[in-house]
Amino acid sequence: MGTPLTKQAVADLYFLEHRAKVLDLAAFLDRFDRAMGPGNDDFRVHALKAAVALLLDGKPERARRVLELWSDHSSEPIDRAPMKGALGAMPLAAKDGR
Amino acid sequence: MYIDPHVHMVSRTTDDYQRMALAGCVAITEPAFWAGYDRSTAQGFHDYFRMLTDFEPRRAAQFGIRHHTWLCINPKESEDVGLAREVLSIIPSFLECKTVLGIGEIGLNKNSRNEMTVLEEHIALAMKHGLLILVHTPHLEDKLKGTMLIMDALRNQGADPGRVLIDHVEEHTVRAVLDRGFWAGMTLYPDTKCTPQRAADIFEMHGTDRLWINSAGDWGVSDPLAVPKCQDELRRRGHLLETIRKVSYDNPRTFLSQSGRFTAPERA
Repeated sequence: MGTPLTKQAVADLYFLEHRAKVLDLAAFLDRFDRAMGPGNDDFRVHALKAAVALLLDGKPERARRVLELWSDHSSEPIDRAPMKGALGAMPLAAKDGR
Repeated sequence: MYIDPHVHMVSRTTDDYQRMALAGCVAITEPAFWAGYDRSTAQGFHDYFRMLTDFEPRRAAQFGIRHHTWLCINPKESEDVGLAREVLSIIPSFLECKTVLGIGEIGLNKNSRNEMTVLEEHIALAMKHGLLILVHTPHLEDKLKGTMLIMDALRNQGADPGRVLIDHVEEHTVRAVLDRGFWAGMTLYPDTKCTPQRAADIFEMHGTDRLWINSAGDWGVSDPLAVPKCQDELRRRGHLLETIRKVSYDNPRTFLSQSGRFTAPERA
């Protein structure tokens, strides 16, 4: 059905909301850098940074591609559920199987 | 006027019922789900199913909302296959209840072999009794893989995709679900799944056929008014009233009416 909005209208409606989200992300990365202790190689933070790079590649369907970047791409059921919840991203080097 | 086809009202207050009614909610469906802890016996599920089929419809009726339900053991509790089979064995005794629409929300959580076994047995139960199926797809990084495994299981068992709703789709799963002939649901959550804005984007990119929205309001971070908020998002973008009605009333009504048991007032 397409969007009835013009580019100008999209910017007018949503810019401030997403300006705030970018600042939240910047502050989160600053906070992570300032924090003490081990964990500098946290795979979730790596996944977040990889997604930011994807946003700037100029290609369409960024939301779909970010979700795919963070997804488990293996195809066989695992032997046993290790926990109830999910973490939000896969370690990037292990995306093809675990 | 709207239908919220997936909301866990056992976890919500009467204030939420009141606010939903004021926002135009006329009917809901409530799938059986995980309580936030593992129930230890099938008797615990029996009591939960009584709550879903007896108490909750009466509570909703106080606010003019028609309440319907789906029964199952949730995939989060499917690692214990023995308990799951006990629960499956008590479901048929509730199927004569006129507000039970089908089996749900079944599916996968961590995509394990035991979860697959219990999913397949739920599908078989639904097909044996000619029931609709409501599918939960896994969270976050597990969703893409789980959605594909679930669709394969449904196809392998010969389920009619027109009688299956696959819920919690996002940008990376919606196309595959619709292309295989299933119905798809978008869950509107503040932090995970879809925001009202992203759901509106998905309608714009993938159309409005066989696609609905729900709040999946429960005991976690969720919003029982998410459906009217998505209606409002579509309205402020300039979408037609007819389009908004289709995704928030007509589509759920069409799918759910296949049960022969769903009731909602004719739209105003």
